[in-house]
Amino acid sequence: MYKSSLKQTLKDLDTKKISIRELNQDYLNRIKENENLNVFIHFSEDNVLKQIDNLENDNSAKKLKGIPIAIKDLFCTKSMPTTAASKILENFNPTYESFVTQKLLDEGSIFVGKTNLDEFAMGSATNTSFFGNTINPLSKENEPLAPGGSSGGSAAAVAADLCLGATGTDTGGSIRQPASFCGVVGIKPTYGLCSRWGIAAFASSLDQAGIFSHNVEDASILLQSIAGFDQRDSTSAKVDIPNYFENLDDDLNGKTVGIPKEYSIDGTPMEISQIWEDAIKVLEKKGVKIKNISLPHSKYALPTYYIIAPAEASSNLARYDGVKYGFRSDEIDSLDEMYENTRAQGFGREVKRRILIGTYVLSAGYYDAYYLKAQKVRKLIADDFNKAFKECDFIVTPTAPSAAFPLNEKQNDPIKMYLNDVFTVPASLAGLPGISIPFGKDKNNLPLGIQILGKHFDEQQVFNAAVSLERSYE
Amino acid sequence: MKIDKNTINKIARLSRIKLDDKESEDYIKDLNSILDWVEQLNEVNTENVEPLSNISSSILPKREDLSNDSNSSEEILENAPDKLEGFFAVPKVVE
Repeated sequence: MYKSSLKQTLKDLDTKKISIRELNQDYLNRIKENENLNVFIHFSEDNVLKQIDNLENDNSAKKLKGIPIAIKDLFCTKSMPTTAASKILENFNPTYESFVTQKLLDEGSIFVGKTNLDEFAMGSATNTSFFGNTINPLSKENEPLAPGGSSGGSAAAVAADLCLGATGTDTGGSIRQPASFCGVVGIKPTYGLCSRWGIAAFASSLDQAGIFSHNVEDASILLQSIAGFDQRDSTSAKVDIPNYFENLDDDLNGKTVGIPKEYSIDGTPMEISQIWEDAIKVLEKKGVKIKNISLPHSKYALPTYYIIAPAEASSNLARYDGVKYGFRSDEIDSLDEMYENTRAQGFGREVKRRILIGTYVLSAGYYDAYYLKAQKVRKLIADDFNKAFKECDFIVTPTAPSAAFPLNEKQNDPIKMYLNDVFTVPASLAGLPGISIPFGKDKNNLPLGIQILGKHFDEQQVFNAAVSLERSYE
Repeated sequence: MKIDKNTINKIARLSRIKLDDKESEDYIKDLNSILDWVEQLNEVNTENVEPLSNISSSILPKREDLSNDSNSSEEILENAPDKLEGFFAVPKVVE
């Protein structure tokens, strides 16, 4: 069965070493062999075969022609239902295509299916989905591990080689943490680089689309394809998108890396501190200057995030009312009854928890004490990064405070689950680009991840540092 | 305790989510522990700090004033749980 990187596959398709049909047939077979992982919410072999037929009759040159890509089921797609992993959107068929998926279709890629996620992207283990847990492909038999979340299905799809790349969204770490858990590359670009048009909204000031892939080169190819300005998203940025792949440069000589002391947290396992040190040593050998930096408000990032994100979610999710699309309860004696029963039965526990907390912090009398306070602390967190980046070109930290944990381990304690995002949330609040790459293993041979953060719209520097670390590790 | 039975009922009502007694109990516990935890933000001095609501620094570009029609009402209504003569239909609200 064909197994390769995106970069190599593009060459093999070009030299006719393999045909689009042969390539995708192998991926289809692998998807069917791995059904037990519950990676996909929607998968239709007929739909994939139809896409192959269409491409075979298409003679135009396209950058990703025939490349199998998996789509997080938070992106609206015309050819497949979109659920956000929620009962409330069961059977929803979007009438439009999201910006990001349209870009991928324009490049000729093939969508193999819609991947599982935490309901409305709220979670860190892909265990709040209405459609069941996704299992981390690296699990040992009878010991299922969580793939991380919320984009756990997309991370698992790449890890199990069910596609050559996948889309994800990252609000507080939902691309980087699952990438780390599944041993793949995951990049969340700068807020505003990719249009959010057609992505089911969770927390609009934080949500950003990104990419999972087998390696950094592949991520650089795919990110370029989904980035760009779009007038339908008022926070979309009008910036030039460089050819990240062509510009990749692993020579970091003379660059400065920032090491934030606040990311040494009590209780972080030795193995995590060890890979962090290892990464710093590798960079030092490459002629990178090591600069200790301080991000003094980092410790407040999580509580800030868990006010802002639920507040925005409670507002965004008001649209699910049983009127326009999706699920409607049968108990509808009055309009209010219909709303209340539809939302009670349509949303899962974690989503309801966040809507309730968000409604509380926005309610009269509490807005200033919680929401406004959090927005002010957010400013201080963003300022910390701005100051730090005057002294360094990029920042290196661990991605997550642990390797993949057993499925459902932390389900009953929300705050314990929230702590998974401790290293990823600060950059989300500041809108900065961040990548997670596999770097080292723990004592159970599970992958660990290193996170590289860059300045706003300096994805190139993030890719360069990542490819340099990746090449030294292989 | 910040959230009691009355408060959770009020928030649930504002959120248009019906809760049963067992759920109310659980959420009272969850929300109180989350609110206790976020309380640590009060340690931070935010005097004279501007709240950050939009991270994007870009200035909103103007678009050309052209009409476009990307969705038909027929298509949109396909997803409606109930519809009537080209409109969304809901339970009767006036007697």
